[in-house]
Amino acid sequence: MVRKVLTAGLIVYVLGAFVWVVLAGFARNEQLLNVACDPTRELWHDINIAFAKDYEKEHGVKLGIRQSHGGSGSQARAVIDGLPGDVVTLALWTDTDAIRKAGLIEPNWEDKLPNRSLPYISTIVFVVRKGNPKNLHDWPDLGRPDVSVITPNPKTSGNGKWSFLAMWGAITTRGGTEADALEYVSQIYRRVPVLDAAARGATMTFAQKKIGDVHLTWENEAQLEVQEANGELEIVYPKVSVLAEPHVAVVDKVVDRKGTRATAEAYMKFLYTEPAQEIIAHHYYRPTNPAVKARTADRFPAIELFPASKVGPTWDAIQKRFFAEGGVFDQIYATGKK
Amino acid sequence: MTANVLEEAPATVEHLPPPPKPRSDPWYVRYALIGLTLLIVGGLVVVPLASVFVQAFSKGVGAYWDNLFNNADTRHAVFLTLIVAPVAVALNTVFGVAAAYTIARFRFPGRTILTTLIDLPFSVSPVVAGLVFVLLFGLQTPIGAWLKDHGYQIIFAPPGLVLATAFVTFPFVARELIPVLEANGADEEMAARSLGATGWQMFWRVTVPNIKWGLLYGIILCNARAMGEFGAIYVVSGRIGGQTDTMPLRVEKLFQEYNQPAAFALASVLTMLALVTLVIKVVVERKMRAQMTRPNAAAEEPTK
Repeated sequence: MVRKVLTAGLIVYVLGAFVWVVLAGFARNEQLLNVACDPTRELWHDINIAFAKDYEKEHGVKLGIRQSHGGSGSQARAVIDGLPGDVVTLALWTDTDAIRKAGLIEPNWEDKLPNRSLPYISTIVFVVRKGNPKNLHDWPDLGRPDVSVITPNPKTSGNGKWSFLAMWGAITTRGGTEADALEYVSQIYRRVPVLDAAARGATMTFAQKKIGDVHLTWENEAQLEVQEANGELEIVYPKVSVLAEPHVAVVDKVVDRKGTRATAEAYMKFLYTEPAQEIIAHHYYRPTNPAVKARTADRFPAIELFPASKVGPTWDAIQKRFFAEGGVFDQIYATGKK
Repeated sequence: MTANVLEEAPATVEHLPPPPKPRSDPWYVRYALIGLTLLIVGGLVVVPLASVFVQAFSKGVGAYWDNLFNNADTRHAVFLTLIVAPVAVALNTVFGVAAAYTIARFRFPGRTILTTLIDLPFSVSPVVAGLVFVLLFGLQTPIGAWLKDHGYQIIFAPPGLVLATAFVTFPFVARELIPVLEANGADEEMAARSLGATGWQMFWRVTVPNIKWGLLYGIILCNARAMGEFGAIYVVSGRIGGQTDTMPLRVEKLFQEYNQPAAFALASVLTMLALVTLVIKVVVERKMRAQMTRPNAAAEEPTK
């Protein structure tokens, strides 16, 4: 008897689960999904709460916002393959534009939101161990043979691409030739002990597993990493670095299908309001609103930032030359392996 | 992450070695081997497992409870695992029994290839397994586009999680049953048929009782792997917090979000599920051995 009840219970449970799974495939429309790059988890957590509060006050509707995080390139790929993100907040122009090329975002997306769709900017800085034992202060120091650098894979990660461009540009914008830059960057990648797929993985490798001498990462990620390390790590601002521009965009095809365009656009516009910009500055992303920027200037050391256009004429050219199949990075990594 | 302990390939029962003769080796060899084994098991299994629990409770029992039950995303991850794993296991039980029966009872061209194909998911990297489904059902493919037009989502949604899990765990049940079916032979089944049983009656009254424990063993291993699956799920889930994160994915996410106590709290739940599985596995193994040594055990089972 007991056995029969148990068997029947089990069958009902499995059948119920089966039906649930099948039904779960039907699209649900009530929620926004933000497909974001890896190190922005804490930022979006706070922004989402603030926006949902605002939205409820205005429309009387409780809004659920879901997050997906991963390497910027992999996230773009997932959206192209059907991950139904209403908005994408990726690390690189090329990643967002890859979604445009797949036909999911309309052309000229960059002009649809204020400030070229840049609610905030950032840069790449160094994180080193307590007391800076290897005495690392500027880019040339990273080229020393006894220094091992942690940075994620530029093929999949936005952080990885910006780190690469920062290293390259740090040579070429200060009088070095392209050949010097290639030599410098090759030396460094040859000594990268672990090439993680995304920014947060690299942070864990450096901070938790304690591998490597210096971690090249987003300014915000560096600040969080140092805060969490209880004095074991320090930030070093190099004299120059790259101006990282993580664009945001609404995914037109998705919002039109789900009927969430108005909400998604309001969500993106909210980023430019002062309260949102304050949250952005609080998480150490550099705000673009002038008032907030002035108020929070003491949080952001004024280092010289060079734009990616100093490294290549267009993003397509940069992507093709450095990161595409068989590009500069592949060549470096292939020779490094030998 | 933590269910890995159970991931070893299923032991085939008929190859159980004879118990070694005691005292045939010199004492120092015995003690050295015993010591070495204890050291390895202790260092590789017991210490890491214990540390999961130590870390999980590092902020106290209250925090442990909070981490597990007062976080909507974590709750959803537990729920999702308890849904996805049983469905994948159920699918594999049906397919596994069918495949094992086909291979053990029939001789047909391509039988060897089929046997090899069943093992394929063991040798394919889980990441590849996940990508296969993305490439099959992704938006860029005709199937994916058609599904999308009809408002249905397979990858980046629970159906995709089930498919990927089922793919990765497919061999467990079939692999376990083929040797059992072959060892039992078809005699009893033929006797049943000759006495007038229909195919269906024969299957339920002769075949199933004979393979019962082997089947259960396969299901348990399959389930352990299904709950712990990470790689394939990572690819097909889209990593949407509170929607497609299963327990192993959630553990990784919590860990990466500097929330170690919560990550280990959830890991400890996975570990406990693994330990429960282990206990059941030992019980089933005993029963199975009994059944293998007494070929007619099914007929004598007193607990019916």
